[in-house]
Amino acid sequence: MSDRITVASDQDVVRVRQLVRTAAVAAKLSLVDQTKLVTAASELARNTLVYGGGGTVELISVDNGRRKGIRIVFADEGPGIADLDLALTDGYTTGGGLGLGLSGARRLVDEFDIDTKVGEGTSITVTKWCR
Amino acid sequence: MALSSDEASRFADLLKGHSDELTRRWTEIVASNFRGRLSHAELERQMGELQRGFQAAMDGGAGDLDADASGELRGLLSDLSTTRARQGFSANETAVSVYALKEALLGILDGSGEADATTLRDFVAYSAFVDRAALFTFDSYVRVREELISDQAEQLLELSTPVVKLWDGVVAVPLVGTLDSARAQVVMERLLQTLVDTSSPYAIIDITGVPAVDTQVAQHVLKTVVAARLMGAECIISGIRPQIAQTIVALGIEFGDIATKATLADALRHVIKLNSAQPKAR
Amino acid sequence: MERVPVLKIGDILLVSIQIDMEDQVALQLQEDLADRIVATGCHGVIIDISALDIVDSFVGRTLATIASISRVLDAETVVVGMRPAVAITLVELGLSLPGIRTALNVELGMAMLAQDEPEPEPVGGEEEPVATS
Repeated sequence: MSDRITVASDQDVVRVRQLVRTAAVAAKLSLVDQTKLVTAASELARNTLVYGGGGTVELISVDNGRRKGIRIVFADEGPGIADLDLALTDGYTTGGGLGLGLSGARRLVDEFDIDTKVGEGTSITVTKWCR
Repeated sequence: MALSSDEASRFADLLKGHSDELTRRWTEIVASNFRGRLSHAELERQMGELQRGFQAAMDGGAGDLDADASGELRGLLSDLSTTRARQGFSANETAVSVYALKEALLGILDGSGEADATTLRDFVAYSAFVDRAALFTFDSYVRVREELISDQAEQLLELSTPVVKLWDGVVAVPLVGTLDSARAQVVMERLLQTLVDTSSPYAIIDITGVPAVDTQVAQHVLKTVVAARLMGAECIISGIRPQIAQTIVALGIEFGDIATKATLADALRHVIKLNSAQPKAR
Repeated sequence: MERVPVLKIGDILLVSIQIDMEDQVALQLQEDLADRIVATGCHGVIIDISALDIVDSFVGRTLATIASISRVLDAETVVVGMRPAVAITLVELGLSLPGIRTALNVELGMAMLAQDEPEPEPVGGEEEPVATS
């Protein structure tokens, strides 16, 4: 299964949250894990909108043979992130937020990959596995 | 090495033609292994069922155990493993119940007095099939045991984390045993949910029964306290034994402004004092 | 755009967030509440988030801002009804919401606000909001 949503406005961030929740329930994640994943998705979708100037969010069901899980890919063609280490530091922000979006979202998921090039965009992939 | 259709039909004939004797011999061999821990009648019933399973598979022309015609046999074999595993028999004893068929077959072929090269080849082919059936049993046995173990681990988790209401507006969770990540998470969730359900603004986490506190355990306890605060409840940690106090200081774990008390009684006294200073909401 | 209703009960403004808020809705709530505190002269605000299945950093920040704004307008804010899963997630996220007072439910939140003001307010609550700069 795979779902792709375009993120271009506030409403789309809400839609991402709802879709991720539905997928998390279907994948039988525990309530706390559902909450963590939806929260992470909300942070990252907002980043895609605010810093990436909009983009896409793709939901994929994954299965590594032992466990099932959900993978979400947030992609934008925005300015990219110049200093990744700095962007992943708690409290660092260029957008006037709390600076917890990236670093916080990373703590809420099991796997977190970020691929970014200045001037070309950013793609963040997160995965949460069922316990 | 699958059975040819000829071999399968000969096997079926053999099973059919000597069904009673085969079951009797089979049961005897198995019974000698179980030494009376299962009644003879019970074993005879089980072996009879299995024999009919083998027969049905052979009648259906099953060349191998994963053929469609062997579906019923597979079901019987996994039922047998499930029963054996749950009754606490060893994997060996479970597999022997199937392997014994070979010995029983040999006895019958031997007794018929017309053993020739074909009989020998057939016997090898039947043996191979029975071996696969036994291995299948072994696999299901292991799977059932693994399920049992994980069920028990879960039950242990449930058992070992009671959250009790101690006083009006006060709940307590007495932690006993080693706290690993999974258990800590369960305790945390259960405690927080109880706070909501009983609308108790105070929780006492008693660690008298925790043999050792390391940084990870401390992290979990601290996170629980912070989460409870976010929800509007205050946690008190009690039951800190002298050695644990020393470890906590040695590891440099900061409990910050979290109230700690030596005993559960002290903690309860402390909470009741705080509680009486506040107006009741109900 | 949906709007979160603000109810006045005695000296308290009660906000019960029942929808998955867009960021704009959260900001609108922040504005509405500031207006209502001034208009009603209420001294307490209770925000019930028991229906929210997540609180992300944006909503968390909005709650903190509301608490600060209302404090400037001489009203105390209590956030009530946070779900356990939400609290655990916020801790992991690193959001401890300093400066926000919390209670388990609306009832306990009201008791908390009542405790702040031991003697009952004169009817009407005519006091001017204190301007702090």
